[in-house]
Amino acid sequence: MSASAKLGKFSWEDPFLLDAQLTDEERMVRDSAHAYAQEKLMPRVLEANRNEIFDREIMNEMGELGFLGATIDGYGCAGVNYTSYGLIAREVERVDSGYRSAMSVQSSLVMHPIYAYGSEEQKQKYLPKLATGEYVGCFGLTEPDAGSDPGSMKTRARKVKGGYELSGAKMWITNSPISDVMVVWAKNDEGIIRGFVLERGMKGLSTPKIEGKFSLRASVTGEIAMDNVFVPEENMFPEVTGLKGPFGCLNRARYGIAWGALGAAEFCWHAARQYTLDRKQFDRPLAQTQLVQKKLADMQTEISLGLQGCLRAGRLFDDGIIAPELISLIKRNSCGKSLDIARIARDMHGGNGVSDEYHVIRHVMNLEAVNTYEGTHDVHALILGRAQTGLQAFM
Amino acid sequence: MKVLVPIKRVIDANVQVRVKSDQTGVELTNVKMAMNPFCEIAVEQAVRLKEAGIASEVIVVSAGPAQAQETLRTGLAMGADRGIHIQSDEDLQPLAIAKLLKAVVANEDPGLVILGKQAIDGDNNQTGQMLSALLGWSQGAFISAMEKDGDLLKITREVDGGLQKVSVKLPSVLTVDLRLNEPRYASLPNIMKAKKKPIDATSPADLGVEVAPRVKTLKVTEPPARAAGVIVGSVAELVDKLKNEAKVI
Repeated sequence: MSASAKLGKFSWEDPFLLDAQLTDEERMVRDSAHAYAQEKLMPRVLEANRNEIFDREIMNEMGELGFLGATIDGYGCAGVNYTSYGLIAREVERVDSGYRSAMSVQSSLVMHPIYAYGSEEQKQKYLPKLATGEYVGCFGLTEPDAGSDPGSMKTRARKVKGGYELSGAKMWITNSPISDVMVVWAKNDEGIIRGFVLERGMKGLSTPKIEGKFSLRASVTGEIAMDNVFVPEENMFPEVTGLKGPFGCLNRARYGIAWGALGAAEFCWHAARQYTLDRKQFDRPLAQTQLVQKKLADMQTEISLGLQGCLRAGRLFDDGIIAPELISLIKRNSCGKSLDIARIARDMHGGNGVSDEYHVIRHVMNLEAVNTYEGTHDVHALILGRAQTGLQAFM
Repeated sequence: MKVLVPIKRVIDANVQVRVKSDQTGVELTNVKMAMNPFCEIAVEQAVRLKEAGIASEVIVVSAGPAQAQETLRTGLAMGADRGIHIQSDEDLQPLAIAKLLKAVVANEDPGLVILGKQAIDGDNNQTGQMLSALLGWSQGAFISAMEKDGDLLKITREVDGGLQKVSVKLPSVLTVDLRLNEPRYASLPNIMKAKKKPIDATSPADLGVEVAPRVKTLKVTEPPARAAGVIVGSVAELVDKLKNEAKVI
């Protein structure tokens, strides 16, 4: 037999041997994130979700471990690669999408724009405190009437002496009620989108919490309401103009979501496998039925293929040659498939599946939001449709 | 005072261990490996001694194949200063490891060696005690607390039936138990810093130690599956079974 015809042993949890494709350093980052998430986050999540509590202390803990702004080099950040960032997102979201959201927003939507677009003074002022979790940040782009079409935003930045006056409302803002700093996008007098860093305590600024959320209950979501808030000139991002500012941040966050959603799906898959192995009906384990095995095989296939795609995307990100369309592809694929997997895993748990003690229903509810935020499943399809036909079908 | 911490790469504690089909050992191919949990506690203790100004340098050492370097990096990411890798693909048994460590102690001259009380793969619980005997140093096994008191270390040992408090003279070999501390997570900045910390490579031959195994493994098998229980009809039947079948009363 030739060497190339030799066969290996199948690993049901890791069919593509993803683990072996990581560097020592990436595995160490993954192990650290896994241990923290399982030992410190998992014990809190049931009560947090049930009672809609976000434990502010989590930001400090994540800061201490270097999870906030992990890819930034300097300013108190670790400077790990994007593959490592993805691996952290997967481990945190294996526990809860809300915790991963809090981390992604701080890292990709607050720290990244300050790092990429901010002045040196802005970086010095905000990044070290955001990195430790002393400050919490949020990102204001979406508005009540501007979701998938952010270019239609109504928030205005009117030029006044020494700065700008911001008026408008931002909606569905992760972390906003507990934020110390807010990255807000608004149109100036010329109708051009600019980015501003707002701070809690500015006159006319408020961040009411959104009540009644059935998703991401372990993370806090709110509005940013601005009533002629004076923002000094030095708090505007000096260079970036237009939608490429917010989109540059969203690319990074979406990439992390692609990894993270599959972490949640993995939890649901493993839970469904264990549950159907343990539960006996008609004198045999549920897992010994063809209907259950088919579902488990589908989950295994989609998750392992999806993760392999995320890893490839991470390598392209680290090489600086990833296209935003590929990020749309993996974000859409991971979220849509993970939501399906979570729903099926819920079904496989029977009646127990609706109890939060089994955690699967929580992931189902969370993934409904994850599939929608940062570009819905359909909007990413339009991005991919445009990229292969040359025809835009947004409107 | 330098502190030497020997650490071992073992199958991750969360992995379900499977016996190889030829019964020569357990399956290691594509199995997740990690630092032995007791070794993590030993590294944590050494790093705390350094943070308290008692230790001047923390050196982690591991004997084994090339992948042992990954375990050393984890130790460095937890806060150790440098690593020593004793490269060997042999089946290293406790006496051989103790002799290798003795040679490392001769080169490095540490004031204290801290080890895990045992590795979760072989569960031997021998290396620390053997090293202490080979060096002629004091030993404190299964410690759950320690405090420096001049030239002495006041330690608490977890023994059958309670806690034993003793003082040991330095230099000493300590093996740590579960309750000594809660090891820290390696933070990302420390993982990045660990990449720049040195790991010196050596080998049993360089250290002049013969490591050929002295104990031969004949066969490794799965533990027998647990037999199904029975429901007894009466107390009399239970007593009868305990007396005549189980022979426990």
